[in-house]
Amino acid sequence: MKDKIFRLFLFVAALLVLVLAAAIVYALVSRSSEAFQEYGIREFITNAEWDPRSATEEYGALSFILGTLYTAFFALLLCIPFALSVALFNGVYFKGKKIAGVVRSVVDLLAGIPSIVYGLWGFYTVRPLVIDLGVNAQGFGIFLSSIVLAIMIIPYASSLSSEFLSMVPNNLKEGAYSLGATRLEVVQHVSMPMASPGIVASFILALGRALGETMAVTMLIGNTNRIPHGLRDTGNTMASVIANQFGEADGLKLSALIAIGLLLFIITAVINLIAKLVMKKLSHA
Amino acid sequence: MRHFLLCSLLSVLVLSCSNSSSNSGESSTVTSISGAGATFPYPYYNIVFRDYMRQHGNITVNYGAIGSGGGIRSLRDRSVDFGASDAFLNEKEIASMNGEIIHIATCLGGVVMAYTLRGVDSLRLTGPLIADIYLGKIKKWNDPRLVAENPAIKLPDLDITPVYRSDGSGTTYNFSDYLCVVSPDWKEIMGKGKALKWEAGIAAKGNPGVAGIVQQTEGAIGYIGSEYALTLKLPTAKLKNRAGRYVDATLETISAAANVELPDDMRATITDSADPGAYPMSLFTWILIYRDQKYDNRTDEDASQLVDLLQYVISPKGQKVAAQINYAPLPPQALKKNRQLINKINYGGAAIVSGNLSAATDSTNTVLK
Repeated sequence: MKDKIFRLFLFVAALLVLVLAAAIVYALVSRSSEAFQEYGIREFITNAEWDPRSATEEYGALSFILGTLYTAFFALLLCIPFALSVALFNGVYFKGKKIAGVVRSVVDLLAGIPSIVYGLWGFYTVRPLVIDLGVNAQGFGIFLSSIVLAIMIIPYASSLSSEFLSMVPNNLKEGAYSLGATRLEVVQHVSMPMASPGIVASFILALGRALGETMAVTMLIGNTNRIPHGLRDTGNTMASVIANQFGEADGLKLSALIAIGLLLFIITAVINLIAKLVMKKLSHA
Repeated sequence: MRHFLLCSLLSVLVLSCSNSSSNSGESSTVTSISGAGATFPYPYYNIVFRDYMRQHGNITVNYGAIGSGGGIRSLRDRSVDFGASDAFLNEKEIASMNGEIIHIATCLGGVVMAYTLRGVDSLRLTGPLIADIYLGKIKKWNDPRLVAENPAIKLPDLDITPVYRSDGSGTTYNFSDYLCVVSPDWKEIMGKGKALKWEAGIAAKGNPGVAGIVQQTEGAIGYIGSEYALTLKLPTAKLKNRAGRYVDATLETISAAANVELPDDMRATITDSADPGAYPMSLFTWILIYRDQKYDNRTDEDASQLVDLLQYVISPKGQKVAAQINYAPLPPQALKKNRQLINKINYGGAAIVSGNLSAATDSTNTVLK
């Protein structure tokens, strides 16, 4: 009897999650329909104009989609060397050692810092450095946001990667050593290929995290509603434009912002799906 | 949404109940006055209404800072006793209200240009220069046109970083409204509105966001609500007014902008004021109420309490509070027009007897004399 009640409870809980997810999608779709009907989905995605003035009102998502992709992919690029070395440090070279535990907890700590703190740190500490580097006159933009984003996603990429690296079977590695391989060669030819599906998947998940990051990016990107021309330029991401303009928006503008939210939702869902597929495919190969 | 409304309704009920029980010793009934609208005067209303409630134990005043548009809608639905707006109603809006609306100006504010330039502590600007900076036509601080306006100081060879609001804002509206008046280019390219399509610069959310970037960035300039900038004592530029004088934004110069011939209904923009001492980017904020207070289930008691509140806001006491938190008080002429308008408020045609309500009597009466 107790077992049955518990089963029922679990069933209801699981169903509730599904219903909630469906309700979110429904709310996004229904409230964005005004914008999609006005412009058409393709036109909305490929239009870079964002003009809130009532006389010439026109909304398109392209500049925000590009801003999001620029910052997220550049952040991913920046984070790869750091995240990978942390993963190798913890998962291979110092596996099981005390120092690995310390590094792991410090890196995990990075994941626990609220994003507003990253934003403030970027604003007060990193931005003057970016100005000194001569990237642009006031420091804000894709470059600054990506640097801070890269640091924010390191823990997501590294902890999963080191997990996969440390799961590589010992007998494989021992086999390689017995054939006279050096430690580097073992990492290159045994550990990395074996763990690669997991590593790739963890980086894709980190990318998904970078795509949706809002607060820190809003504080650092400059919030200009134009297509960014290169890394030195300012821009706006899908998440940051929503954060900036949602409060005062109504009518068509509100619908356009919700439509951007829906697009962001779809992009992150696709990214997560790709991560799953990669993991599946590579681990079978 | 419905649950949220229910919950808030419930909490309001609970609150009002507890209120009435605590006051039941002194007075029999608790009247509540509710208003909604502009966010710009919210800090002022918050304090002045609180002071009013302290003096009148049996009255509660609730103000929801939901934005000017929301305030006008709420008043039209008659779900609040008064609305508040940073822009006066245009003819179309007036026609949609189903009843004559009275505009009572409560205080003044301004939009100031804050900047950060090492070694420069007094900067002079004109409207057209501001327009060209934000249009991206003036890119450097040592641009000849800026130098010509500031012969006494040495301007650096540095990029200008204009900063604007990323969220929709009345401050942006008033800023662009002024620039439309003084710069044909601006009117043509940018126009006016709470949100614009910007040509140059970077954006941040809210007055604090803009002020933060300006303070931390060498060579930045940004427009900020005066109530915020004066409280923070940010360095701000002198603006050339219509009389040709360079004027600092202070409570006096902002008040002076209303020292012009005002229309009897107080529906006036005081942007680019002709007064020689006026700060050019100045504005009124208004409380809106129905002239005839007899609608729905309102009693003449409700009406006279509302009128009493309005009189308190424009009384010397109320205006002093405004000045303390850096909202510019109304000049005498505006106060006079306000009083004439308040006298027009009636209850089904009958005059409203006010100033007979408990503790505020003395203060409001002295104002009226």
